[in-house]
Amino acid sequence: MNIVVCVKQVPDTWAEKRLSDSDKTVDREGVEGVMNELDEYAVEEALRIKEAGGDGTVTVLTMGPDKAVETIRKALSMGADQAVHVVDDALHGSDALATSNALAKALGTIEYDLVILGVESTDARMSVIPAMLAERTGAAQLTFARKVEVSGTTVKIERQTDTGYDVVEASTPAIVSVVEKINEPRYPSFKGIMAAKKKPLTTLTIADAGVDGGSVGLAGSGTEVAEFAARPPKQAGQIVKDEGDGGAKLAEFLASQKLV
Amino acid sequence: MTDVWNTPERVALRQTVRDFTVREIVPYLDQWEDDGEVPRSLHKAAAAAGLLGISTPESLGGQGGDAIDNMIVQEEMLYTGASSGLLSALFTHGIAIPHILHSGDRYLIDRYAKPALAGEKIGSLAVTEPDAGSDVSAIRTRAVRDGDEYVVNGAKTFITSSTRADFVTTVVRTGDEAHHGISLIVVDTDSPGFTVVRRLRKMGWLCSDTGELAYVDVRVPARNMIGGEGSGFGQVATQFGGERLGLAVHAYGVAQRALDLTIEHVRNRIAFGKPLIAKQVVRHKLVEMTRAVDVSRTYAHTIAERIVNGEQGLFAEAAMAKNQCVEACEFVVNEAVQLHGGMGYMRDSEVERHYRDARILGIGGGATEVMNDLIAKALFG
Ligand SMILES: Cc1cc2nc3c(=O)[nH]c(=O)nc-3n(C[C@H](O)[C@H](O)[C@H](O)COP(=O)(O)OP(=O)(O)OC[C@H]3O[C@@H](n4cnc5c(N)ncnc54)[C@H](O)[C@@H]3O)c2cc1C
Repeated sequence: MNIVVCVKQVPDTWAEKRLSDSDKTVDREGVEGVMNELDEYAVEEALRIKEAGGDGTVTVLTMGPDKAVETIRKALSMGADQAVHVVDDALHGSDALATSNALAKALGTIEYDLVILGVESTDARMSVIPAMLAERTGAAQLTFARKVEVSGTTVKIERQTDTGYDVVEASTPAIVSVVEKINEPRYPSFKGIMAAKKKPLTTLTIADAGVDGGSVGLAGSGTEVAEFAARPPKQAGQIVKDEGDGGAKLAEFLASQKLV
Repeated sequence: MTDVWNTPERVALRQTVRDFTVREIVPYLDQWEDDGEVPRSLHKAAAAAGLLGISTPESLGGQGGDAIDNMIVQEEMLYTGASSGLLSALFTHGIAIPHILHSGDRYLIDRYAKPALAGEKIGSLAVTEPDAGSDVSAIRTRAVRDGDEYVVNGAKTFITSSTRADFVTTVVRTGDEAHHGISLIVVDTDSPGFTVVRRLRKMGWLCSDTGELAYVDVRVPARNMIGGEGSGFGQVATQFGGERLGLAVHAYGVAQRALDLTIEHVRNRIAFGKPLIAKQVVRHKLVEMTRAVDVSRTYAHTIAERIVNGEQGLFAEAAMAKNQCVEACEFVVNEAVQLHGGMGYMRDSEVERHYRDARILGIGGGATEVMNDLIAKALFG
């Protein structure tokens, strides 16, 4: 089974995130980049499926600036076999539509049965790329997986829902997005880190991937950030003085905030 | 000049160590201090993450790195909130198996060293006896050959991880000559006649169990002897170098951590209307602490670099590193508690643990005075 894992470098979860004033995109230069946390689960799941099956390759696919190679290295250190990095200035500012377009084209350069992704990235939190990729590639869409079972060309998942889970099954090729319940990602080991240095890394420009320059980047995006504002400072809390009716007042407050 | 301590691979290794420490150690450390030991599952988890035997060749069950990688694992754990006691418990194999690895004895390597590096077996090193500590040549635990076996009788004390251990690399007397009568033999702890007499109660290193051991007619297969009869003292002396450098890392690593915690504390603590860090006395103290840590670490690092470059026999240097780092650590943890005020005396503050843990560093692995003797001998004959 050949598996592609899509990983994204995002600003460190704990860092203060900013949008740049000039083009209203996420400022990725000023903060430390880390692998999107959910993608670690995706990498882990891909490695487990490969290890259980005993053959095939795990290819990491990432779209992002030069710096994103750090995140590729991490996935290779965890045990992925090779990587494809789509890097091109023209991609800057791509929204989900444009990103899924570029990723779908890049996927076209790789042989795969399964594509695994995290359900969302911690920066944009759109959670639509897996579905869009399925639409663009024609592969089956298996999202929000909390468990994946592969046998032959059949992929069965437990799809996490608000109340429980659904069992969904499809044939390969399939696009699977995973939730963090699915596994416990391994640490990149020393051996893994040393081995990663020697693993093949292919860099693709949009031209290499066959992506039309007009379909990506700020210009090629279907959405636009019109304006943004910093989160307002925290308001002082409301103090309820208990004069025998404290319980009722608390309930009133919670109801007014639509919390109960 | 490239910084060998921060190559891209080593930055990645540091990240793995930090993630591991934050996820697998820090949340549980208080509990383990109360329990008086760390669980076996921690050894397994550390092995799975590739953190045991970093500098041991892959063919011997290690990770194939070098002395620098090894130091990085230890220092980064300490910088991230582990403790000296935790390291002593988790890395006891670091003193229990180097003689086995060095001997090249495949049987002993497969039976003891590899499982220890896989987190499956816990090993201890037993040198110290109730009547012999600094003076290793005075040990009396005796192994007498009987056919294919040795019969071991004696007592050991202050032995790290021994209440949990599966095997104890034991220093025994096989002859009467002070030094040349000493041998090393691996004793399975489920051997009849081997008992953990007591779990010792300590000032610090609380999560690291320490035991007193009795050997009464313990029959040990002769093939469990490491190297030949009479080679024990030399082996122990050789491997002590690594242990001392390891304790030097504990010392500067703990000192760095205590310093970081203190800087944060004095920035936030308001006294007399201003943060404590505004006081010149406090600022100068922090500078002295920083200098002590940085100079010590730099010296210890150079020794690891020299080892990686192939230099051998840096015994005096390892001893100097230990004394330098321990002195720095004692100074820093003391000031750290001082600058934390009453809070620094509380079990709830991390520096309190480092203060107690630090006290052993100038005693274990060769006391400061013993180090000085060794250095003097190297310098002046
Ligand atoms: C928490 C802990 C864990 C330990 N773990 C282990 C272990 O895993 N395995 C093991 O074998 N041992 C272990 N030890 C024992 C440790 O190595 C010894 O305590 C140490 O070597 C000192 O020996 P001693 O206690 O017999 O002190 P002594 O030899 O009695 O020395 C007492 C003091 O006298 C001074 N002194 C000693 N020799 C000289 C000298 N030549 N010149 C001047 N002054 C001198 C020093 O100040 C020294 O501290 C551990 C000890 C502790 C406390």
